[in-house]
Amino acid sequence: MTTVNTKLNRRSFLKVSALAGGGMVLSFSWLAGCKPSSEEELLAMPKEWFELNSYIKIGDNGRITIFSPNPEFGSNIKTSMPMMVAEELDVDWKNVIVEQADFYPERFDRQFTGGSQGIRQGWKPLRTAGATAKAMLVAASAQTWNVPASEITASNGQLSHAGSGKKAGYGEMASLAATLEVPEEVTLKEIKDFKIIGNSKKNVDGQKIVTGQPMYALDKKVEGMKYAAIVQPPAFGMRLKSFDKSSISGMPGILDAFEINVFKEDYARNFFDTTTFPDKIAIVGNSTWEVMQAKKSLKAEWEKAPDTTFPMAGRGGQANNVTIPGGLENTSSHKTKMAEYIQKPGNVLRKDGDPEGAFKKAHKVLERTYTAPFLAHNTMEPMNCFADVKGDKAEIYGPTQAPDFISGTISQAIGIPKENIQINLARMGGGFGRRAYSHHLVEAAIISQKIQAPVSLVYTREDDMAAGVYRPTYSATYRAALDENNNLLALHVKAGGIPESPIHANRFPAGAIDNYLAEGWDLPSNITIGAFRAPRSNFIAGAEQSFLDELAEEIGKDPIEFRLELLKRAETNPVGENNDYVPSRYAGVLELVREKSNWNTPKANVSRGVSAYFCHNSYVAEVVDTVIKDNQPYVESVYAAVDCGVVVNPDAAANMGEGAIVDGIGNAFFGEMAFENGAPTKTNFDKYRMIRHKEAPKKIEVHFVENNEDPTGLGEPLFPPVFAAVANSLYKATGKRYYEQPFAPQLEMQNLRM
Amino acid sequence: MATYNLNINGKNLQVDVDPNTPMLWVLRDHLDMVGTKFGCGIAQCGACTIHLDGNAVRSCQLPVSAVTDAQITTIEGLSEKGDHPVQKAWIEHDVPQCGYCQAGQMMTAAALLKSNPSPSDEEIENAMNGNICRCGTYTRIKAAVKTASQNQ
Ligand code: FES
Ligand code: FES
Repeated sequence: MTTVNTKLNRRSFLKVSALAGGGMVLSFSWLAGCKPSSEEELLAMPKEWFELNSYIKIGDNGRITIFSPNPEFGSNIKTSMPMMVAEELDVDWKNVIVEQADFYPERFDRQFTGGSQGIRQGWKPLRTAGATAKAMLVAASAQTWNVPASEITASNGQLSHAGSGKKAGYGEMASLAATLEVPEEVTLKEIKDFKIIGNSKKNVDGQKIVTGQPMYALDKKVEGMKYAAIVQPPAFGMRLKSFDKSSISGMPGILDAFEINVFKEDYARNFFDTTTFPDKIAIVGNSTWEVMQAKKSLKAEWEKAPDTTFPMAGRGGQANNVTIPGGLENTSSHKTKMAEYIQKPGNVLRKDGDPEGAFKKAHKVLERTYTAPFLAHNTMEPMNCFADVKGDKAEIYGPTQAPDFISGTISQAIGIPKENIQINLARMGGGFGRRAYSHHLVEAAIISQKIQAPVSLVYTREDDMAAGVYRPTYSATYRAALDENNNLLALHVKAGGIPESPIHANRFPAGAIDNYLAEGWDLPSNITIGAFRAPRSNFIAGAEQSFLDELAEEIGKDPIEFRLELLKRAETNPVGENNDYVPSRYAGVLELVREKSNWNTPKANVSRGVSAYFCHNSYVAEVVDTVIKDNQPYVESVYAAVDCGVVVNPDAAANMGEGAIVDGIGNAFFGEMAFENGAPTKTNFDKYRMIRHKEAPKKIEVHFVENNEDPTGLGEPLFPPVFAAVANSLYKATGKRYYEQPFAPQLEMQNLRM
Repeated sequence: MATYNLNINGKNLQVDVDPNTPMLWVLRDHLDMVGTKFGCGIAQCGACTIHLDGNAVRSCQLPVSAVTDAQITTIEGLSEKGDHPVQKAWIEHDVPQCGYCQAGQMMTAAALLKSNPSPSDEEIENAMNGNICRCGTYTRIKAAVKTASQNQ
């Protein structure tokens, strides 16, 4: 049993009444949203709700509303976060209504979706919220029945006192409970007593999704709303010079066109204030189609941007100047420059033993270089936002992973204090990191303020794909020194990218090799980058795990056995300090995937590859089976073993894992963004190849290690290992190693169909 | 601008729009039926899929003037109570992640099952290939199509 001090997250327990004067109104859409299905006996809607804390309202009839605090981008936290509250509150899940909370920093901690941290960081606070409300219901019954609280049991929405035979539903005690003091300490359940956590619950929005009900920002419509589109520079390194409004005035449905600027001169940007084109043109009209037509006719002049320097707020609150170079960049010159860097020394990030000496002594050196291009996120729903700015108040309803990071930017852009800006969290049509950078919200707010009307802003796919904030392009060179008996003497990795290095210097195989050197480098660029599902790991895992595969072959060992030996070394006699992984848990997923995939007895005609990686506090190993049929390689099966601690919602967790695997296969084969004279060469799905039904694996199995560890990340960790598992299995199929992502062009050169 | 009488989900509806306006935007902006989604605008992603006389079409490439008296079905009209076999199967397999592509996926799947009630794996893949799911729910979609095929 864990006892937790509720003071730690006190703000969740503020009563709404105390804040009612603050101008924040919670939106309750349950009447439209949660139609009880007729097959189940469900409680009706209550006449009155009582609020026990930020997360929980209980109806007079026992119906429960749980607020899901974080923005939903498809990882299903809108179901799994409330499950954690419901577990400790101890209620029947079918009587729970889930409501998306608005952005409300006075009531909720960390309303941020990203870094695979939602469940991990919500684990204690959300359960505490449930346990606290339960304790208050127990206290209310004790008071009502005049018996000691310790003799009352609360379970499944019912309170009972065995001695007196008294019983009541939560609803009957809710009004009194809501007035009681919040207990200072509560006790959380033991894992073995869980009834909801660990039992799959269906997506609470499933019925809404399959019936096409409005739930995304783009679906919002209000009286008098106008539509807006943007026109942005055609290339990185370009900026707006001027435009001719008369080129579109008079077009049907067009009301106005003007320049918008996301940042005021002296504003110190924060780390998430990445936007490629802070200055652009907005076109406003009566319908989406009309503004999209006007976009094509608008005459604008662009000019090359010089080097630009702006202040960026540092961690201590101090602003540093950041400089973005001018110039029109090309993928071909990126490649040349990156190749040059491989020959130069990098910044030493970690050094164990005497790697230089070991390489001098080596009988044999294996050296390989891996590269990967920029990637566009391509969320299925393009950037968009609804905004209604009136006087000194603003209402924003937009797809954002990080409302907290953008609220200050909105505030400086429209000159309205943060407290008067209400950001409501729309369901997102995908995020993948892209919507941690939410300048589409700022743009919509500026447009609404300027036209004095509510507005729905939408990017075209072309705007979205060309707007940057990409996954960076990277390169990594691995070298291994072997003695005459094929013993591994040293390992050296030097990796960099534009504009950041992908190295995590303290991760495996650091800690397992006596002589180890990690170096990083980076090259500046004006092509903007941002978090993309498992930043940095999404490249370095592929390079490292492909190299280890080749190294195992060189040494003559089974690839899983080879990794397990290294992990054994890291566990029993670790090299160096700060190794940031637990070797036994790492080994655990390799062992599990070996068992589940029947590693030693693959099916005939399949070629298999393995890979494992640790990131976002979780361990994942994957085996990919590739088949070549009619001269076409495809992934037949994928087996994944995952250690992410306790799994809250297993089927949804498996879904997330399957998605990450498909995402990895797609990007390994096809994902690529390139540039010519600063302009992206692909701006829609006709050129930017996405994985489709035919290329998806026929079967994916996701197996979770069963343990009682606190939950860790899930949305990201299954993604990075896929790249090497695919490359290693393709090697078995074709006899060629794959060093350069995406793999499809090389496969085509081998006369395979892709 | 011109006036069009449209038959959508069994109802007669009138709009006054430019003849070139794609049905996608007629539905979303003018008729407030927002279940049909915008993904690419160039018939490459399938998010905007609707039925035109029972066939799956990309509404982003279908000008309102080309509809004439054809019957249109959108996700909102796929079933009255949200219980079309495809919708039920999608719930059973808990298919959606972000959900944005799913209306288009389901409309394509429903049209496929109408013309071919028990499709093979390959037929499912071929029919569904125009519908991108960025979240990667393909294996669940395929399983759901099979379930729907058995339960119709
Ligand atoms: S929006 Fe019509 S196919 Fe993509
Ligand atoms: S569920 Fe997100 S795009 Fe398909």
